[in-house]
Amino acid sequence: MTLTLTPNLQNPDDFYAALLRAHDGLSEEETHALNARLVLILANHIGDLTTLEAALAAARGTSVKKADATTQ
Amino acid sequence: MMGLGFDGRVFEDNFLIADIRAKADFPIERRFWFDPAFNPGQTALMHRQPDDVWRLDFQLGWDIDRKAELNDDKVRARVRGMIGEGIDFNLVWTSIYTFRCCTMDEYVHGPVIFAGDSAHQVSPFGARGCNGGIQDADNLAWKLDLVCKGAAPKSLIDSYHLERKEAGLENIKNSSRSADFLTPRSPAHALFRDAVLDLVEQQPFARPMVNSGRLSSPCFYAQGRLFGEDALDGPLRSAPGSPAPDCPVGDDFLLGILKSNAFMLLSIGLELPHNVDISGAILPAIVLPAKDDLLRKRYLGDNPQAIYLIRPDQHVAARWAEFDPQDVARALKQSTGRVS
Ligand SMILES: Cc1cc2nc3c(=O)[nH]c(=O)nc-3n(C[C@H](O)[C@H](O)[C@H](O)COP(=O)(O)OP(=O)(O)OC[C@H]3O[C@@H](n4cnc5c(N)ncnc54)[C@H](O)[C@@H]3O)c2cc1C
Repeated sequence: MTLTLTPNLQNPDDFYAALLRAHDGLSEEETHALNARLVLILANHIGDLTTLEAALAAARGTSVKKADATTQ
Repeated sequence: MMGLGFDGRVFEDNFLIADIRAKADFPIERRFWFDPAFNPGQTALMHRQPDDVWRLDFQLGWDIDRKAELNDDKVRARVRGMIGEGIDFNLVWTSIYTFRCCTMDEYVHGPVIFAGDSAHQVSPFGARGCNGGIQDADNLAWKLDLVCKGAAPKSLIDSYHLERKEAGLENIKNSSRSADFLTPRSPAHALFRDAVLDLVEQQPFARPMVNSGRLSSPCFYAQGRLFGEDALDGPLRSAPGSPAPDCPVGDDFLLGILKSNAFMLLSIGLELPHNVDISGAILPAIVLPAKDDLLRKRYLGDNPQAIYLIRPDQHVAARWAEFDPQDVARALKQSTGRVS
């Protein structure tokens, strides 16, 4: 399984709204906890480790610049 | 006066509009900035208007001193920050606005009918306010006309509420979502917004999630009781309830041709007289060859021909693969509320 990085959501606006709704009323800590559970649920759904590692790399890739900037 | 409610959400934010006149070669498109150096932590917008006028829009936040923000020198400094040195400009108009997204419950109260901002208000992201108001008028005018002439029952006006409330809610949904993206209400909203913005440069999948306003498009009425049969295995986008999609036809455009104060027939790839007698009512017919590619794609799909009944507000009322005056008569009756 290769990681899909092209648009794949049927309706990105509907998904984004549902995502925000899931977080409404939560504290920052609860938001992080929800996100962590969500990641684990989605990871389990994907199952394939190679795909998940590619996703981890893609997610790190975009924030590496920032991390470097703050450590300098 | 009538004690009617107006429910919805107020967004706690202020926006400064500065319309400037300037000879500049900025790209002619709607451009959005998130957290730019000239307006840190906030957004900004630029788009072109007629006569060398450019609209600049700066998010200011909630706790502001309106009078100080509207001071010409302060506005000028903001504009300078955005467009840089070396471009002369005049301030044409400045204003600070806030917005809310709300709607009345019922748009029709006996003889009092609400339209435009009096019925529903939206955030400006998506240009849905004035567009929605004009669509209200489009929807109501022909119904009022028929009812006043005695050609349709009064209950036809109720369909105005059904259809335009559906549109109002759709506009509110889209413009609230844009506002949520542009002005995150909570740390979680900000977290995802910033994550999307972090990803867009590298990852194409994140781009459709950037919501700087989903530009107004007319509502595909799904609630309408007025729409007749769909007897064509045709494209979804031109199914009954849809706003008739535009497309080039020869040197013209379809919506320019489909201009009428009355219901009309659109016949594609099928000969019809220019005026068709439908149970004693004369309907104008536009007859087009099944030639232009987009016309075929948007109205025929795989069919060689089609007949469309189009409302005066250019929504599709019904469609068929074959022409039968009795089918059209039935659909016309339904579309004008003459069915019990
Ligand atoms: C900053 C800003 C930018 C916008 N940009 C866009 C855009 O790009 N695209 C878009 O589609 N929409 C836009 N809108 C929204 C758009 O301006 C409104 O949705 C639209 O003007 C509403 O029209 P209306 O006729 O319903 O109401 P209004 O335009 O508010 O008209 C109501 C009229 O009634 C008059 N009136 C009020 N009370 C009385 C009374 N008692 N007696 C007599 N007259 C009275 C008022 O003076 C006014 O002239 C924008 C709005 C704002 C504030």
